[in-house]
Amino acid sequence: MALAGATGTAPAIELRGISKAFGPVQANRNIDLVVPRGTIHGIIGENGAGKSTLMSILYGFYRPDAGEILIGGQPVTISDSQAAIRAGIGMVFQHFKLVPNFTVLENIILGAEDRGLLRHSLSRARGELKRLAEEYGLQVDPDAAVEELSVGHQQRVEILKALYRQADILILDEPTGVLTPAEADHLFRILRGLKDEGKTIILITHKLREIMEITDNVSVMRRGEMVASVRTAGTNPTELAELMVGRKVLLRVEKTPAQPGAPVLEVRGLGMVDADGVERLRGIDLEVRAGEIVGIAGVAGNGQTQLLEILGGFPEPGARLQGEIRLNGTPLPLSGTGADGRARRAAGIGHVPEDRQVEGLIMDFSAWENSAFGYHDAPQFQNGLLMDNAAIRADTADKMQRFDVRPPNPDLAAKNFSGGNQQKIVVAREIERNPDLLLIGQPTRGVDIGAIEFIHKRIVALRDAGKAVLLVSVELDEIMALSDRIAVMFDGRIMGERLPASTTAGELGCLMAGLEPAAAPATSGGTE
Amino acid sequence: MERMPKWADVIVTPLISLALAFAISALVILAIGESPVEALKVMVEGALGSSYGWGFTLYYTTNFVFTGLAVMVAYHAGLFNIGGEGQAAMGGLGVTLVVLALPWPHWALALPAAVVGAALFGALWALIPAWLQAKRGSHVVITTIMFNFIAAALLNYVLVNLLRPVGSMDPASANFPPATHLPKLSDMALAFGIDWGRNTPANIAFFIAIIACLLVWLLIWRTRLGYEIRAFGKSEPAALYAGISPVRITVVAMLISGALAGLMAVNNVMGEAERLVLNAVEGAGFIGIAVALMGRNHPLGVFLAALLFGFLYQGGGELALWTSIPRELIVIIQALVILFTGALDNMVRMPLERLFLTLNRKRG
Repeated sequence: MALAGATGTAPAIELRGISKAFGPVQANRNIDLVVPRGTIHGIIGENGAGKSTLMSILYGFYRPDAGEILIGGQPVTISDSQAAIRAGIGMVFQHFKLVPNFTVLENIILGAEDRGLLRHSLSRARGELKRLAEEYGLQVDPDAAVEELSVGHQQRVEILKALYRQADILILDEPTGVLTPAEADHLFRILRGLKDEGKTIILITHKLREIMEITDNVSVMRRGEMVASVRTAGTNPTELAELMVGRKVLLRVEKTPAQPGAPVLEVRGLGMVDADGVERLRGIDLEVRAGEIVGIAGVAGNGQTQLLEILGGFPEPGARLQGEIRLNGTPLPLSGTGADGRARRAAGIGHVPEDRQVEGLIMDFSAWENSAFGYHDAPQFQNGLLMDNAAIRADTADKMQRFDVRPPNPDLAAKNFSGGNQQKIVVAREIERNPDLLLIGQPTRGVDIGAIEFIHKRIVALRDAGKAVLLVSVELDEIMALSDRIAVMFDGRIMGERLPASTTAGELGCLMAGLEPAAAPATSGGTE
Repeated sequence: MERMPKWADVIVTPLISLALAFAISALVILAIGESPVEALKVMVEGALGSSYGWGFTLYYTTNFVFTGLAVMVAYHAGLFNIGGEGQAAMGGLGVTLVVLALPWPHWALALPAAVVGAALFGALWALIPAWLQAKRGSHVVITTIMFNFIAAALLNYVLVNLLRPVGSMDPASANFPPATHLPKLSDMALAFGIDWGRNTPANIAFFIAIIACLLVWLLIWRTRLGYEIRAFGKSEPAALYAGISPVRITVVAMLISGALAGLMAVNNVMGEAERLVLNAVEGAGFIGIAVALMGRNHPLGVFLAALLFGFLYQGGGELALWTSIPRELIVIIQALVILFTGALDNMVRMPLERLFLTLNRKRG
């Protein structure tokens, strides 16, 4: 299919057969991409699809293992970000690279000071900034300190930085993730203006609405490959969602139909605003009953992490919370010492955190020390004033045997186990306490096939013992295979609930991208 | 798997670092036209060659054990307490107030009270930096070092205006009453009929230092608090996940650390000077950093490293006394030891790891 844009001239960017591997992980495989000059080009894909790697290659952070990059028809080697800037590429990162206590002007010239004294570059930048502001509607006070600007204005500074370096091609990585809707609208107006001036823009996002609204062409990445490049006008959100999620090999988990009992976890109107003032959770209502697994599907970064952290008792510092959480009918406090991880465990919540290497385990601690982590004040691990290390060791050896952790050596440091065995240590610790509610985030990320199956069986066994399980995973397969009920999160909201038997990956993909699929029959969640 | 056996990491690495430090020190001594062999002989004989030398070496060792343990405990919580100097100075004030407050009939009664006073004052001096770190994020490195200066200024004021006996020209407290004088190691040896190191400052506080080593080992590796301190020091997100309060651990670890530094005063103020003088700590608080680094933040290592620095201090003093090598050279030797055992640790460890890897491969 022909792409929208000028024909006859060389494309702004052309990638041929770009591949990049990190160890055994193939992040980019044989990527071809054509971005015509003067267009806005969207790149979408799930987390880990390889979008960021590809853009990092374009910006000189990584060298591709194979393939060719052509800018304006000329083959180029982009060895570092300076080379990328010389080639006319500007990048606006998701996390801004600004010096907070410098002024806008100082940030703009940083790295582009052309003489020993700053005065010349500063006055030149001041004039240039004025021109750019008028031309593109990029008004910012040049003398304001960056830390005093709103997030939307900081982003403008990033764009101005790129334009000041005479970028013809502007890459924006998830630009609206941190913006309010009004700021996002303004950004889109700016981007359209830039396009009208002949700039080429690449927009990386997982929000289908934005793709449909602003792009001329869109490319879809999945699992390191470029699966499609189409005109935006010639496609629709449902098709893109399906391309993005793909029809993966079905993961099968042996389980009988759930027999849900009384509600164990009830969440009502849970909202969270983080320390930066960004609303991460908006009015979450959720119920998990005894004997059922509720899976939360969603692209990472849509509030799942925050939800798990709040339920587990460690929301990020400075966050403001509202709403209500009940466990077995008893309200749980949202803040204070009664709301920390220790109190949540005492209340009967087990938690396998999303990032086992940062939260779930202490990598330098031995397996036995990790095996008691969070439960180290349990009476059976105490011996008077001291900890009963022998008892913990014996308990660990026992768990290692039952969870088939290899090597079954309690004295080995956690960092010396493979990912699957590390995860088994965490899962064993949390499941063996027999919690009423198990929170489990990304249970099989970076885990080998054998361990995946084992961990899934244990989760189902816990459910069959009449416990409630709340599962968060970015692997849609895992959600579909394991859950008795699926809630989809997008932008801090629950977009809807579906039953795995009566939904499709495509429908869930639409919900994950923030679209209400019109055609799909809404299935009630069984909680009403 | 482990790259090299633990014994090699704990014993061989510091020994090689030490050998390198001494080799370069030898070059420096050669460069100023003196004989390194002679210098080493004077140092070893002066510090270790007589019971008299040992009496001083062990006295210095005792100081460094306390300040080394102080740095070590904070380090396990991921905190870098470089305020040992000020905390030890305040410990001295605590000891002095306790000893002068009551007419103690016997040292055995005064000692436990002095221990409490020293630990309490040292801990309180660490409390404000700890609180600022825990609640406000003010970096403990900055605040503890500032508190060293505040402690020095405060002691200056207290000694000159409050504790100085009427009519004295010396900015120092009154002499402690003889009943509170701690037994010297030489007196204790005499009781067993051994003539050992007369007129040396090493005193009963040496045994308190050894007990402190044991207690710190128990605390860090055998108690729940120690477990939480280590967990917090290794990973703050994990500690939060487990429900370990960062505020509580930061404050408690710094209190313990400050108390240990303060305990040094039992040795130098009560055991040696028998009154409080200006600048009684004499840099031992900073030596504690090197001692903890070299001792791999383990009490046994801290003890051995403290012994080494005790030897360097005493041997260095002898060197200045008996040879024409200037006193400043001792500082160079100490600096080289700190540089090689602390800062350049990996320079020795990495080749050693590679050596063990090749050895293992050949064997395997």
